Amino acid sequence: MLVLTRKKGQALMIGHDIELTIVDIQGDQVRIGINAPKNVPIHRKEIYEEIRKENLSAVVGKNTDIKILNEKFRKNEENI
Amino acid sequence: MLLKTVHFGEIEINEEDIIFFPEGIPGFEDSKKYVLIGNESNEAVFFWLQSVDIPELCFVVTDPFMVYDGYGADVEDDDIELLGITDPNRVLTLTIVVIPENINEIRVNLKAPIIINMEKKLGKQIIQKNDDLPIRYYLSKEK
Repeated sequence: MLVLTRKKGQALMIGHDIELTIVDIQGDQVRIGINAPKNVPIHRKEIYEEIRKENLSAVVGKNTDIKILNEKFRKNEENI
Repeated sequence: MLLKTVHFGEIEINEEDIIFFPEGIPGFEDSKKYVLIGNESNEAVFFWLQSVDIPELCFVVTDPFMVYDGYGADVEDDDIELLGITDPNRVLTLTIVVIPENINEIRVNLKAPIIINMEKKLGKQIIQKNDDLPIRYYLSKEK
């Protein structure tokens, strides 16, 4: 991993169209400003990772029967 | 065509019903093709999203508008382009359901709905910028 030291207000470029600016530093928190083309998705890594994990837990097992679920949630509509 | 699945065995599907996910789904980037398998009953709340590429890979999905009042999903310009959306009426919004062993912990991911352009059969799981939308929204009050 490339590690660069930057001060508050300084920036760096990734390629020619992504600019990261260190907006502020307070204790162990850093505020980062990002200028990037609209088609570059930017997400906090932990959110992406959490969605990935949630997708992994969502794969249905062989015995999952949604008929029962459809019954349960149709009968108890106040539940949903 | 005949599709091999672990969950349903061999099933007959129409090739034109295959939905292409150009980026796959996070965690399953290698599976780009899926089919939606509905339920005979139109009162049904839950459906299946079965991978065409991986027989073992199948999700349960549901309509987030049905489980969460006032739900809204944003699709930004680049995704509108990716999915070739021209008619918003042909866009289907689904959410992936997690069914744990303890059924009372059944939950849906409202933060990252599956958006499908039914017109072009293109789909993507789109992470919403809205931080109020939970990744784990529990459906059952008995939790």
